[in-house]
Amino acid sequence: MALGNVRVFVAILVIAVAAACGGGEPSEPMSAEPTGGPPATPLDPATAGNVTGMVVLEGTPPDPERIRMNADPVCVREAIETETEYYMVGDDGSLGNVFVYVKEGLGNRSFPTPSEPFTFDQRGCRYRPHVFGIQVGQTLEILNSDPTLHNIHAIPALNDEFNTGQPIQGMKFERTFENPEVMVPFKCDVHGWMNAYVGVLDHPYFAVSDGSGTFEISTLPPGDYVIEAWHEELGTQTQNVTVGEQETVEISFTFSIS
Amino acid sequence: MIWLHRYATLVAAASLVLIVAGGLVTSTGSGLAVPDWPTSYGYFMFSFPFSNMVGGILYEHGHRLIASTVGVLTVLLAAGVWRVDPRRWVKWLAVVALAAVVLQGILGGVTVLYFLPAPVSISHAGLAQIFFGLVVSLALFTSPGWLRGYRATGSGGRDSAPPVTDDQVLRRLAMATSVIIYVQILIGATMRHTGAGLAIPDFPLAFGRVVPSDWNQAIFVHFAHRVGALVTLAAILTTSGHVWAHHRSRKELTHPALFLVALVVSQIALGGWTVLSGKAVAVNTAHVATGALVLVTSLVLMLRAHHSRFPGAVLLTRAAGVVRATLPDTHSSVVSSPSPEGRL
Repeated sequence: MALGNVRVFVAILVIAVAAACGGGEPSEPMSAEPTGGPPATPLDPATAGNVTGMVVLEGTPPDPERIRMNADPVCVREAIETETEYYMVGDDGSLGNVFVYVKEGLGNRSFPTPSEPFTFDQRGCRYRPHVFGIQVGQTLEILNSDPTLHNIHAIPALNDEFNTGQPIQGMKFERTFENPEVMVPFKCDVHGWMNAYVGVLDHPYFAVSDGSGTFEISTLPPGDYVIEAWHEELGTQTQNVTVGEQETVEISFTFSIS
Repeated sequence: MIWLHRYATLVAAASLVLIVAGGLVTSTGSGLAVPDWPTSYGYFMFSFPFSNMVGGILYEHGHRLIASTVGVLTVLLAAGVWRVDPRRWVKWLAVVALAAVVLQGILGGVTVLYFLPAPVSISHAGLAQIFFGLVVSLALFTSPGWLRGYRATGSGGRDSAPPVTDDQVLRRLAMATSVIIYVQILIGATMRHTGAGLAIPDFPLAFGRVVPSDWNQAIFVHFAHRVGALVTLAAILTTSGHVWAHHRSRKELTHPALFLVALVVSQIALGGWTVLSGKAVAVNTAHVATGALVLVTSLVLMLRAHHSRFPGAVLLTRAAGVVRATLPDTHSSVVSSPSPEGRL
């Protein structure tokens, strides 16, 4: 073969190998310093009120399904909860994992960004917690407690999407969200059954109903508010409430399923 | 030369395996199971531990490994063609195939790094089909039948059958059919990568009607793919019907024509089954792979219909050890002993 042809093929081979190989560094987690934001509006705790309540489900939800985790033997070994968690319903119809928050009524108030990070864990090949809230600019600390690979893939509409691998147990990295968004889905592309939701708000007035369906939003300034309850399968509901000085208002949300 | 043909056929088969692997990635939702590229969770691609190939990583990283293997096979194929094949246009076709597989690897990496943007994912799917077609073409152009001009060889190495009829109608039908099939594949890729695969949940009707009453972008793309299937079927039946009506004695034409009909009927059944099964992974992936086979089968038919129009049709006469080149534009023959490089 002519020497010129040899050179051409060596060049092509180098390009092909370079495209297939590469020893880049592992993906750097994209973390950002929590944003300071505008100065916080002074709040008089002596006048603050509370909104408490309960979320219930009318009707019979589908039975939880057993998750087949055979795709990863580590998950089969480590998993504790092996059923789907779309509906967390108590014997009395109480509905858990409902994100309840103040949707309207805070006006132009601004609130300090918490300095303490929120820990979001991958444990037993499930996301914990399944539904949670965080403030804009607050550090979300994502931890892999499992002895297997996970990738943490957030699919927001109003914030930056990210997808980062966590191949090592104990690995953690930090993210912040810059814009309010209800809700941001999370998924693991390695383990397709893993999913979670986070509500990102520019204020601290949110809660997630627990196993007994109860929630509490505390230290709310007096005023008129729209409170919204969000469920991953049942959608949203809203209620108008008026919170007086040092008043605790009780409300309830009733979702229905046919 | 026969060994080059066999090797090209091997690469074509490997390319089909790669298409299946790629189809599995999308069908299982594993496209982002390995978030980084060209590394895999920070590992050099070929040193990623097999024990870590779990869940979606098995499909995504497995796809990368197969793709890299096909890339290396294509490099060797291109080298072999340059070394052995005397036809300059075949040499450059091999280079184009190599460039296509390199570009395909880059597209695959880009689509991962940018979270599977639909235009890039669709381009990745479309280029996969083009690459598969290029490799199948190389296998065809190096095949004994092609090199003989699809003439039956009698005793003493003399040609005993007339050459392929120059059928302009067949050429046009086969080319149009191949284009229609490729467009249908692109529509299918668009449907797949925009989440419109189940935009119409029933089959063969659409929301219980022949034509949907309500529309959105997803329903439009999905319905276009169904209409495209009918157009593709009509094109294939027309082309194959023409072959059977006018070239029934030409096996090089009737075989792909018959195979094409069988494939498109299977493909339509698989498409309906994909919808009715809620996009079951195996069915969905088989639909992708069969689509690729429909395309390359039509491509083979098209190329064979164009055989007489290719430059430097080389008729190898083994007995005489002489290479006779028939130049279609001059209708003259050049007879020579083959040079060491076999250059035409």
